[in-house]
Amino acid sequence: MALDTSDVAKIAHLARLSIDDGELDHFSTELSNILDLVEQMNAIDTSGVEPMAHPLHMAQRLRSDQVTEMNHRDRFQQIAPQTEDGLYLVPKVIE
Amino acid sequence: MSPIHDQSISALSAALQAGEFSARELTEHYLGRIEQFNGPINAYISVTAKLALTAAEQADERLAAGHAGPLTGIPIAHKDIFCTNGVKTSCGSRMLDNFVAPYDATVVERLQAAGMPMLGKTNMDEFAMGSSNETSFYGPVRNPWDMERVPGGSSGGSAAAVAAGLCVAATGTDTGGSIRQPAAFCGVTGIKPTYGRCSRWGMIAFASSLDQAGVFARSAADAALVLQAMAGFDERDSTSANAPVPDYATQLDDSIDGLRIGLPKEYFGAGLDPGVATSVEAAIKEYEALGASVHEISLPNAPLSVPVYYVVAPAECSSNLARFDGVRYGHRCESAQDLEDLYKRSRGEGFGTEVKRRIMIGTYVLSAGYYDAYYLKAQQLRHLISDDFRRAFEQVDVIMGPTTPSTAFALGAKANDPVAMYLNDIYTIATNLAGLPGLSIPVAPADGMPVGLQLIGDVFQEGRLLNIAHRLQQATDWHRMAPRLTLA
Repeated sequence: MALDTSDVAKIAHLARLSIDDGELDHFSTELSNILDLVEQMNAIDTSGVEPMAHPLHMAQRLRSDQVTEMNHRDRFQQIAPQTEDGLYLVPKVIE
Repeated sequence: MSPIHDQSISALSAALQAGEFSARELTEHYLGRIEQFNGPINAYISVTAKLALTAAEQADERLAAGHAGPLTGIPIAHKDIFCTNGVKTSCGSRMLDNFVAPYDATVVERLQAAGMPMLGKTNMDEFAMGSSNETSFYGPVRNPWDMERVPGGSSGGSAAAVAAGLCVAATGTDTGGSIRQPAAFCGVTGIKPTYGRCSRWGMIAFASSLDQAGVFARSAADAALVLQAMAGFDERDSTSANAPVPDYATQLDDSIDGLRIGLPKEYFGAGLDPGVATSVEAAIKEYEALGASVHEISLPNAPLSVPVYYVVAPAECSSNLARFDGVRYGHRCESAQDLEDLYKRSRGEGFGTEVKRRIMIGTYVLSAGYYDAYYLKAQQLRHLISDDFRRAFEQVDVIMGPTTPSTAFALGAKANDPVAMYLNDIYTIATNLAGLPGLSIPVAPADGMPVGLQLIGDVFQEGRLLNIAHRLQQATDWHRMAPRLTLA
């Protein structure tokens, strides 16, 4: 599977990663090589095989719907880049 | 008498209880060694001397009051992937260079409760993605046995710190071999428990269906004591296994007479370094002398574990790392034009090349139209790989083989070839895909470099693995070898 530089640019956009134009070439080569490795999976016919959802085949445990966490907003916001009145600040989204 | 840092945890604990030295003196000894030797090895990202000394003083109080446990006063280092309240938790990334965790991981909390002073946080591949410790934002760790070689990864700092006597034991995490491979490269004992055995709460997530916390130590007996304190159910981790933890220490001396060892033929084929093969075979001969029998087995789908892993792990990583957005914590770019620019540049600047590669592979394999061809296919193969192990454990008690195809390679040798780097984990990855416990112990060196023997057990057989490793370590001296260090 070969990815060209425009594929890489598209994937980077989907992943919200800024990539310099100068890096697109090496990423397209490396990602294509990794996908070539991954293609080895096609050597085995897996039709009818159940996909494995959990390594120990355990069911997801649920907890009862009770409040167990205290509000730690002030403490957690101490490490935030920018806050105001308990809110996280980001560039304006709506004009 | 051998120096302090060559002694077992039980010997150190006995000396503390007898008052031969205090916990504070023991911690000071290790802080001194870190000061002397860490510089060129670069095993630590942060050294928490003040916290360690405070914890050591508390340990001394417990010792004096007669309330000490087997780990009270024994200094430990934590991989920088575990959140430590009030202490920088970088995960080896620029993204979290400014992140001071607001809480402790369960593993950290439990070892703290056991009385283990934390010496510091160890270096690692960025977000645990790497097999050489070269992807760390804080620079590579060097192998204490040969400073021109890598220590392995991703828990390379923990492995190097234990090998160099810069801590008694260290925590690590293993998603595809990140405990066992560096343990093999640095000549120490490393155990990756069964998936769900140790809590993942407060352990920064890479691939949530594979990640598991474990231990590096100088022997299986030491690892057993530390794992005992770490393991067990945790309400806060939804994948934590709710199964009782047996007493590992009491199992250590169990007989291995009649033990059935399975040697997967896929782990001894082309690509295995002859020196590594010789050392592994010599260790298996020792086991035969101890009463074990050897059986050839087959794990026919194991060779596909690397391709399967490079779908599952990147897919999960791209989802997990979506949380790093420059908004709530971590790196934020300067003067963002708009929200999209804020996300893209914060992530573009915060993440290194290997992390970006994996996020992009994961994004691609999960994108519309590709899910069945990649993720679903990989999960089906994962089932087949897991079935191979299930069948094998109907015939044998333990599976053995090399941990890695070669000894530690030179710094830079594989840094620009991701696929070559990935193939390093060819013998360790299948264990993670199947959720099984695995352990690496040092055996005879090859060309002066450590070699690891890998032991793979059935689910929740950590106690048996530690027992089998311990019996070899009672009969041989391989685990006692230590590198000669040069002053920083």
